[in-house]
Amino acid sequence: MARTLLEIKDLSTGFITEGGIVKAVDGVSLTVETGQTVCVVGESGSGKSVTSLTVMRLSEYDGGQILGGEVWFQGENLLTKSQKEMRRIRGKRISMIFQEPMNALNPVFTVGDQIAEVVRMHERVTRDAAWARAVEMLRLVGIPEPVLRARQYPHELSGGMCQRVVIAMALVCHPELVIADEPTTALDVTVQAQILDLLRDLQQKFGTAIMLITHDMGVAAEMADRIAVMYAGIIVEEGTVEQIFERPHHPYTIGLLKSIPGFEGERGTELYTIRGNIPNLARLPSGCRFHPRCPFATDRCRQESPPLRKLDEGRKVACWYAEDVAAGRVTGAVTGMDVESTEAVPAELSPGDGQTAVRGAAK
Amino acid sequence: MSTHIARGRIPVTAVETHYPTGADVPYLVEARHVKKYFPIQKGLLNRVVGHVRAVDDVSFGIRPGETFGLVGESGCGKSTLARVILRLQGASGGEVFYEGRDVLKMSGSEVRRLRREMQIIFQDPFGSLNPRFLVRDIIAEPLRVHERMSAKERDERVVELMRLVGLDASRRNRYPHEFSGGQRQRVGIARAIALSPKFVVADEAVSALDVSVQSQVLNLLMKLQRDLGLTYLFIAHGLNVVRHISNRVGVMYLGKMVEVAETDELFRQPLHPYTAALLSAIPRPELNRKRERIVLAGDVPSPANPPSGCRFHTRCPFAQARCREEEPGLREMGSGRVVACHTPLQ
Repeated sequence: MARTLLEIKDLSTGFITEGGIVKAVDGVSLTVETGQTVCVVGESGSGKSVTSLTVMRLSEYDGGQILGGEVWFQGENLLTKSQKEMRRIRGKRISMIFQEPMNALNPVFTVGDQIAEVVRMHERVTRDAAWARAVEMLRLVGIPEPVLRARQYPHELSGGMCQRVVIAMALVCHPELVIADEPTTALDVTVQAQILDLLRDLQQKFGTAIMLITHDMGVAAEMADRIAVMYAGIIVEEGTVEQIFERPHHPYTIGLLKSIPGFEGERGTELYTIRGNIPNLARLPSGCRFHPRCPFATDRCRQESPPLRKLDEGRKVACWYAEDVAAGRVTGAVTGMDVESTEAVPAELSPGDGQTAVRGAAK
Repeated sequence: MSTHIARGRIPVTAVETHYPTGADVPYLVEARHVKKYFPIQKGLLNRVVGHVRAVDDVSFGIRPGETFGLVGESGCGKSTLARVILRLQGASGGEVFYEGRDVLKMSGSEVRRLRREMQIIFQDPFGSLNPRFLVRDIIAEPLRVHERMSAKERDERVVELMRLVGLDASRRNRYPHEFSGGQRQRVGIARAIALSPKFVVADEAVSALDVSVQSQVLNLLMKLQRDLGLTYLFIAHGLNVVRHISNRVGVMYLGKMVEVAETDELFRQPLHPYTAALLSAIPRPELNRKRERIVLAGDVPSPANPPSGCRFHTRCPFAQARCREEEPGLREMGSGRVVACHTPLQ
């Protein structure tokens, strides 16, 4: 039976900038059950990557500061652990797949060595046994001629192959949780399809839970059991994949799904737009963070920040009017072409150096 | 001018390659057998040991006022093709006609005049704007190069252009870093349309943008096309975006054009197995997980050493012996569709 594997409680991570502490993640709570795939979706600067890096306690190496919260993994709070203790967990019980496979691999070691290193780090095995495990894992991730490939260096492999190697490295010790941060964003679509299929197959085989970070709603629809939508450092909506796609409740989720051009329907028509820009985390708007861009915003939204509250079974939304919005009982201002007018988005609100600094630090 | 256009319609003597001639409209831009090879150099003397065939014998045309979408995976040559068409790069062979004139044979001064008519919007809104220039100067640069205008006239034009692309003109005395990604892309668009060109290449113009900003920029591009009568060559890897904005779509694979069709036709019934695989590989933001998917094996081969015969045969689920030996030419399949496959899907 599914049980809670990872529980993030009220997590906040900040980065120190010239203008003070910028909270990239601001009170995020999320649970992942065993064997489940949870997708965290959001645009750039939403805090999805920083959330995952904080769970791994890697954000500290990028200048991040954990400002509060707890991360419970199998009855242990990861935030109270030392980095030495974390090293025993990383790769063994939680592992991570990064966006750029070429950068995630060390160019001066063969891929076989790099996979075997993970095994030798966490298990008492001989060099030969570790190597055999590496070759076996390469075979499992669908690399042809694994014996030969294991002796090759990353530059001798293509991007898709490298991502398979990274996946092999992540899964070689059979972790309970894999955090995949945009694992297919750098790949071409036909290769992306291969990698997504592979992740699903391996999940079935090993029963691994996956926390998948993506900006692509298509990838989320295909992979997720549950989806958490992040915006400007907080989760604005969370629910099962059906709940999110069939009947989104938060105006941001609704807008995001509506603004993606589809594969059916009329072409060449004006697309739905969310007016304005993603806010700068150093200068967040008052009240609800989404209100300057929300077509339904009222005075209450401008003043009070809505909590993430439970709606129907399994769904949580951070919007004062979620029920009315989903039922279409409120009508919003029509978004027009002239979306960049200063009135809608003051210059101060546009993402400037603050946000880029945070993003740079997170990667 | 009309004689020039007429010349563009004369069919080439080599007839084994066809391209859509269905509609009676002459092409504004036409590529015929365009090739672009990059030499691979090795050793002390930079001996040329081979060529990367980035674009290898591509023919197609773009009609005035339409949006021609160009799709394909990275390294398929779509950007190189666009750069050759704009003559930002020379070609290794073939011809490019713009209003009947061969772009590749033009003299330097003719090319400069051509620049007023053809412009490009780049992918990276961070890398394509000079960080030391004020936004005002970035947008006015083409005007300074090509038009005789007083500073006041230029400034008026900049204000007009910024309004046109939905930017607050009072911010023209600021630097690019003070603008968001979407706003920067609008600056790039304003610069591209400053000289009132007829033909604009949008090379992955929305690919780097977040979804909520992407639709704003797409709307802007469509509005400008309506208002200014622009013709677009729209390069992108996001097929849903290409579908939305394009009238016709060309699919490239490893330096070759493998299929050209009206957008609706292409998406309803792809004829080339690669197009079909590409369409089925895209994860769609909808709840329909039981979709039948063609997952291609392997990676895109190197264009320095492309497979024999049909370049797609190494990954094609329907490949036969003939595909390994004989290269398929572009065949007309009715209603202006062309496909380069021995056994097109039906």
